[in-house]
Amino acid sequence: MVKYDKKTLKRMIDGDLTWEELKPIISGTKDPDRFDKIIEILQEKVSWDEKIILPIHEHLHIVSKDGKRIVKCDCGYEFGDYKENWKKKCRIRVRDTAEELEEFYPKYMSCDPDWEELREYFCPGCFTLLDTEAVPPGYPTIFNFLPDIDAFYKEWLGRKAP
Amino acid sequence: MNNKPIGWNGKTLMKMLEESEKYIKETKSYYGIDKLKLKEEDPFKYERAFASLRGALVSARETALHVAASPIVKEIGELCFALYTPEGDSIVVSTGILVHVHTMSEAVKFMVKQDYEQDPGINLGDIFLNNDPECGNVHTTDVQTLIPIFWKEELIGWAGGVTHQIDSGGITPGHDLVSAIQRFDDGTYYTCRKIGSNDKIWKDHMINARRSVRTPFYWELDEKCRLAGDLMIRDAVLEFIEREGIEYYKQFIREVIEEGRRIFQERVKERLIPGRYRAAAFFDIPMKEEAWQPRAKIDKISNQPLEIIIKNDGSMFLSFDGASGPGPNPMNCAKGAMEGGQWVLLTQVLIYGDKVNDGAYFAVDTDYPIGTWCNPGDSSLSYQSPWGNLIPAYTGMMKCLSYGLYSRGYREEIVPGYGFTGDAIQGGGIYSAGPLKGQRWSLSTFEISGQGLGASGVKDGLDWGYAMWNPEADLGDVETWELFQGGIPYLSRRVKPNTAGHGKYRGGANYEGVAMIANSKEVDFFGARDGYCFHGSGGMHGGYPHATGYRLYAKKTNLQEIIQNQKEYPLGDPDPSNGEFEKLLEGDIVRKKNCTIYPIILENNDMIYYALSGGPGYGDPLERKVESVKQDLNNGIYTNDLVYNIYGVVAEYNEEMGEWVIDKMGTDVRREEIRAERKDKSLTFDDYWEQERWKITEDMLSEPVKRMYSESLRLSTKWRKEFLEFWRLPEDFQLEVK
Ligand SMILES: [Zn+2]
Repeated sequence: MVKYDKKTLKRMIDGDLTWEELKPIISGTKDPDRFDKIIEILQEKVSWDEKIILPIHEHLHIVSKDGKRIVKCDCGYEFGDYKENWKKKCRIRVRDTAEELEEFYPKYMSCDPDWEELREYFCPGCFTLLDTEAVPPGYPTIFNFLPDIDAFYKEWLGRKAP
Repeated sequence: MNNKPIGWNGKTLMKMLEESEKYIKETKSYYGIDKLKLKEEDPFKYERAFASLRGALVSARETALHVAASPIVKEIGELCFALYTPEGDSIVVSTGILVHVHTMSEAVKFMVKQDYEQDPGINLGDIFLNNDPECGNVHTTDVQTLIPIFWKEELIGWAGGVTHQIDSGGITPGHDLVSAIQRFDDGTYYTCRKIGSNDKIWKDHMINARRSVRTPFYWELDEKCRLAGDLMIRDAVLEFIEREGIEYYKQFIREVIEEGRRIFQERVKERLIPGRYRAAAFFDIPMKEEAWQPRAKIDKISNQPLEIIIKNDGSMFLSFDGASGPGPNPMNCAKGAMEGGQWVLLTQVLIYGDKVNDGAYFAVDTDYPIGTWCNPGDSSLSYQSPWGNLIPAYTGMMKCLSYGLYSRGYREEIVPGYGFTGDAIQGGGIYSAGPLKGQRWSLSTFEISGQGLGASGVKDGLDWGYAMWNPEADLGDVETWELFQGGIPYLSRRVKPNTAGHGKYRGGANYEGVAMIANSKEVDFFGARDGYCFHGSGGMHGGYPHATGYRLYAKKTNLQEIIQNQKEYPLGDPDPSNGEFEKLLEGDIVRKKNCTIYPIILENNDMIYYALSGGPGYGDPLERKVESVKQDLNNGIYTNDLVYNIYGVVAEYNEEMGEWVIDKMGTDVRREEIRAERKDKSLTFDDYWEQERWKITEDMLSEPVKRMYSESLRLSTKWRKEFLEFWRLPEDFQLEVK
């Protein structure tokens, strides 16, 4: 069974592996203990104590807090119930003018504000950029991922969810 | 007319197909197979059997492509072969342009359902040709040849091959015709037609086919190429049966598909998380100004919302509920095209390296809602370039799967999307001078096979090297393209700055090119790419979408004078707001924000510009390593102004060292400044919600946006309900498009 040590995985998620190191991880058989090891790594990285149940984003984790499952940022900001879209707690900037779009894209190389706008969703705690949405104006905020945590733990991992 | 059924055990093919569909529906497994008996009894024999069939297909492909003539096939291998069950399910596939494996499967099923067994009859040595998207194809320029394989009196399978043509006789030269708006513009149609018997293509068919397309030479040789491959596969299958016995073969082909289905579900359980995944993607179809035909003059945005449900058993449900409507444009997708797109990506992201066959297809339930762009159910529409919708739409699937991969810790597998395989510059003309005077040349470059791939969760995306429809994408040699499109020689090719999607890990980057018209007359030119909308569903976890395309060309230039005086001419368009075309050329220079254009007429010394697509980014750009940004600057991937604005990196070019030098302190300060700006310029969700809602209720939406919403709200009750609930709009809400 393929296994990678925590140090290698930590270097991988920090983007520090060389291509020679990374290539076999991409093309090889997957390591079944990856999930648990990554959670250990993430748990060591954060400054708070709540147990991580499922990482759902570079900075966001579903954690167990007082018997409730909530979304929590690395920085400690709590987004509330994981069944609600965490984007509804974000601070949001909408780039819907050519001028604002051209800060990031050369002229002619971004969407036309009459057709699409670019939304940026920030964590209200650390102002990390959590998501972007390139959508026509008036498009409902997208709820990207709603995991079935209990089915995952019970039926796929064969143990109870924390 | 056949009287004796050709299916197994005295059944008709139709009966066999009905049975196989019933089994899948009732038992969920292929042919109700419970145990993989052959595999359990003798796993070595079983694996050897699979390997020998697969080997036969790969070698058929490698041999056949030397029969082909068209550079698209010969140079970059735009062909593939597959072996099907009598009912049309793929058992094993070759390498190559795999998007077609499942499409041909639909073609076989079409023939079975239409009772070809009775009329026109299916006999040993018969040859069938298909390029109809309504019965198992992507677009008319993909041409399929299928032959039945018999053992004694029974049909035991089909061999199929597909190649991509340079031209199929549509409204203009080319392979993805922007100006086709109805079936009758799409070019020559072969709807599962019998075109030969006794292993020979009929003469009358070939006379007709040659007169129906602009590149008859390529067409004819490519037909022979596909037939040659099919015949090799047939021989290999018969040899297999001689060796292993017919009973083994019959059991084996079903078990191996069932195994394919199980492998898919196992892989899902290994890599994803059960739950609901959603992504939105869009494509702009700006035809109001461009179209010639009055009823095609509308601006459209395709709404491509995707929902994926991963069920507890590892199976998948994929739905485009909420998709907007079809239209008088070539981008309508028949169901077969959608299935092909889904299949070719799933085989790349989930089941690569295993038994790739229609088993994967059976593990996925789909909803391509009837009446939408992804299943119009109207064969009078044009299906000439469904890629326009299909390619962006499936970025959503990549993104959805990537959320699952992230949660499982497999960040190296994340792919939030890919660049559009445009800018497919196309057209052609007639040589007005030189040794080929009077002959036609075709512009059909398949450089489009090298697009930017999205970033993963651990590294940047692949630069100039990916095409979603061919896992072995290869952009070929520029010299070869020049041989075949001699009327439009290249003047330059170089890295195009700022194409890559921003992020902690940036998307793949790409390049640009300039070409001129020479020694030609009657030159048509057109192209297609995202322009008004970002391609597909954009970046992930804070990554940005990659840049859009745009159109630039110059007519009536002074290029001859420039050449004679050995003066400088434009080599690209690194800064579109301060263009080299405008600086260095005299003439009529056209710049358009929309990148999809109807054909224009070009003359000698006119110049065209094109740029290929980057890929979307991953993660917050402020987290990108300063060293990586430095490399981007040195490699011309990004320009200094954008790097300052988005990555917060302060750098200066050092002439002596010949490289960019980073101001570390300045960068720290600038990054803090950006964080502060994020705080200042952002709204709370409630304020954002009010502002966005106001755009809807106060009629602030543009015509194409309103048209998109009105179509989706009309076509889906579910989508309508969620839209109204989200914006708290009244039940009778309507968006009027005049
Ligand atoms: Zn935070």
